[in-house]
Amino acid sequence: MRHTISMLVENRFGVLSRVAGLFSGRGYNIESLSVGETIDSKVSLMTIVTTGDDKIIEQITKQLNKLIDVIKVVDLTEVDHVEREMILIKVSPRQADKAEVLRLAEIFRGRVVDSSPKTYTIEITGDEKKIAAFVELMKPFGIKEFVRTGKIAIAREGTRKT
Amino acid sequence: MKISGAEIVIECLKREDVRHIFGYPGGVVLNIFDILYDNSDIQVILTRHEQGAVHAADGYARATGRPGIALVTSGPGATNTVTGIATAYMDSIPIVVFSGQVPTKLIGNDAFQEADIVGITRPCTKHNFLVKDVNDLARTIREAFYIATSGRPGPVLIDLPKDVTGDVTTFKWPEEVRLRSYNPKYEGNRWMIKQAALSIRKAKKAVIIAGGGVIHSNASRELKELAEFTEIPVIMTLMGLGAFPGTHRLSLGMPGMHGAYCTNKAIQESDLLVAVGIRFDDRVTGRIADFAPHAKIIHIDIDPTSIKKNVGADIPIVGDAKRVLKVLVEMLKEEGKTQWQAVRRSWLKQIEAWRKEHPLGYVYSDTVIKPQYVVEKIYELTKGDAIISTEVGQNQMWTAQFYKFERPRTLLTSGGLGTMGYGFPAAMGAQVARPDMTVIDIAGDGSIQMNIQELATCVVNRLPVKVAILNNRYLGMVRQWQELFYNERYSYSHLDVVPDFVKLAEAYGAAGFRATKPSEVEEVLRAGLAVKDRPVLMDFIVDWKEKVFPMVPAGAAIDEMIFGEEAEKGKGKKKLRAVK
Ligand SMILES: Cc1ncc(C[n+]2csc(CCOP(=O)(O)OP(=O)(O)O)c2C)c(N)n1
Ligand SMILES: [Mg+2]
Repeated sequence: MRHTISMLVENRFGVLSRVAGLFSGRGYNIESLSVGETIDSKVSLMTIVTTGDDKIIEQITKQLNKLIDVIKVVDLTEVDHVEREMILIKVSPRQADKAEVLRLAEIFRGRVVDSSPKTYTIEITGDEKKIAAFVELMKPFGIKEFVRTGKIAIAREGTRKT
Repeated sequence: MKISGAEIVIECLKREDVRHIFGYPGGVVLNIFDILYDNSDIQVILTRHEQGAVHAADGYARATGRPGIALVTSGPGATNTVTGIATAYMDSIPIVVFSGQVPTKLIGNDAFQEADIVGITRPCTKHNFLVKDVNDLARTIREAFYIATSGRPGPVLIDLPKDVTGDVTTFKWPEEVRLRSYNPKYEGNRWMIKQAALSIRKAKKAVIIAGGGVIHSNASRELKELAEFTEIPVIMTLMGLGAFPGTHRLSLGMPGMHGAYCTNKAIQESDLLVAVGIRFDDRVTGRIADFAPHAKIIHIDIDPTSIKKNVGADIPIVGDAKRVLKVLVEMLKEEGKTQWQAVRRSWLKQIEAWRKEHPLGYVYSDTVIKPQYVVEKIYELTKGDAIISTEVGQNQMWTAQFYKFERPRTLLTSGGLGTMGYGFPAAMGAQVARPDMTVIDIAGDGSIQMNIQELATCVVNRLPVKVAILNNRYLGMVRQWQELFYNERYSYSHLDVVPDFVKLAEAYGAAGFRATKPSEVEEVLRAGLAVKDRPVLMDFIVDWKEKVFPMVPAGAAIDEMIFGEEAEKGKGKKKLRAVK
């Protein structure tokens, strides 16, 4: 199963490679990873999406906890949480389709962040499903390229571990 | 008053009560070596190779429980430590390695003798540090010692750029270490321990398996109390040998690939396994799916990642072995004395029957020296009152099988990594720590050549380390696998030329003896043991055909064993499959 693991780590050089090294050294897979500062500038938050059966996920969370620079590990999959990803997608629709592309972007609450005579670059934010759906919809119009951020996630306030 | 980084390093070491450093100098650590030149509190043992220095620090730590220290230069000095660090890591040994580094301004420029040792050792240290500012130095060293020695112990490396040891600052010793991200849990959950006590009550066919964790946590007394109070027999992994007296009526010795039949059988037929401080290595479990199929498993370990990693646990208890066992024994005692002896009688009798069915043994010869005979004789002459180290291969397994370890910290062996060349420098480190003890490395002719240079270190420092070479002219364990699993195709396992170890010893200024006949074994050992002022090489020319039995082929269940005589007769061979 897919798990979203959120962890607070000391904001020091080398922490990312400790975490990444743990995954590669033990044969676990990182599907996406994002890192950013928190309110406390000495602490960073990492969000990692990985897959594995319960036993593997248990090992991953324990092993992460064991790293000296890791302060706290939460498997968000076990709690109610909100997750977001962002995609920047560059499409090159034919003249006749341009209006339709813009209409779809609007439905998805996207924004056109760049346009050229031949292309639109659209920014979409949402959970994985929404992003996948939008990509699917754009395919017939001709996707030139896209970039995605990793997933970030946060527990909903007042939720308990289920 | 301001002092230099190098002085800070030494001041910190003193406050950590360090008395010995195993070291090797080079350009970027000269600041530190210069301070050591006229320091009388700390003795530096100049080894002949950095690998030797780290294994020596490791042996020092295993023999005493106190952290061992190595100090090396950057680049090749640092990379030479990697095998030693990985060895300590796999066996959870507290050592602190100081490596020199090129000046901070040059880091990343491929400077002369630059190596990213922090990057290289990241996966084989418990933690490591690069100190970039002299003001962080004291705190970093304090943290390094704390991390190395607390929780599940392990090696820590501190990389020290030359300018950091040259810079000056005011020395401030942090009285306290606190790491918000590191809080080892020592007390076991009482409710879980209660469940363990209840299970022990209910079990008929219980066994304890003790690992290195029992030794690290100094829990031998508690272990003995538990075993004796409940009449549960004790199995010890290679790392656990000595945690419980090997001559005790409840001792079943080592399990696994070369464990005794009754030991493996006891695990397989048990209804309760009390695992303490072990991580269920594949050499212990054999085929996991068929490991202890009827047993409920209580697993006590300080490292949560060890629990449920390889083998499931019905009652997981995260905590320090000593504290958990203490509470467990208390709880069992509170409930009053069950007639444990009556409960266990038939189980212990059954195990005894298995022991008789396939006893651990070998066929003695009076024409050729059997390697097991040498180990037995060493035991006889030392009565267990010695520190024994081993190399890796057959020599290691014969030692585990035929030497009875009575006390913790008397066996130094590379269990997890299986590092040839470990035993001799480790023995040297132990001898530095325990000048009063007899320290013997039971070696193979292959392994001893991997760190033989340390003879010079022992000669210079008058360390009377004894090396008993079980000389079979082969990489014996490799040869054994080739004989059993590769159709006797002895591909590159014959050593062809083995040096004349007696002459070699003499060339170094050590003592050398040789035995070629069984009748000479005791004489040579006595002569060797009598030497007190120099290292000793004892060359035992042993039967090269001898193999370690019983054996569980890799990938088999631990009760699918092959035994000596059968294999010799060609029986059993067909059952074996090729292995990884
Ligand atoms: C550094 C290292 N290289 C290779 C091996 C693989 N290996 C395991 S046992 C062994 C043979 C050891 O030979 P020797 O020291 O003569 O011991 P014997 O088995 O003959 O007692 C080898 C090569 C190892 N364990 N360590
Ligand atoms: Mg050999």
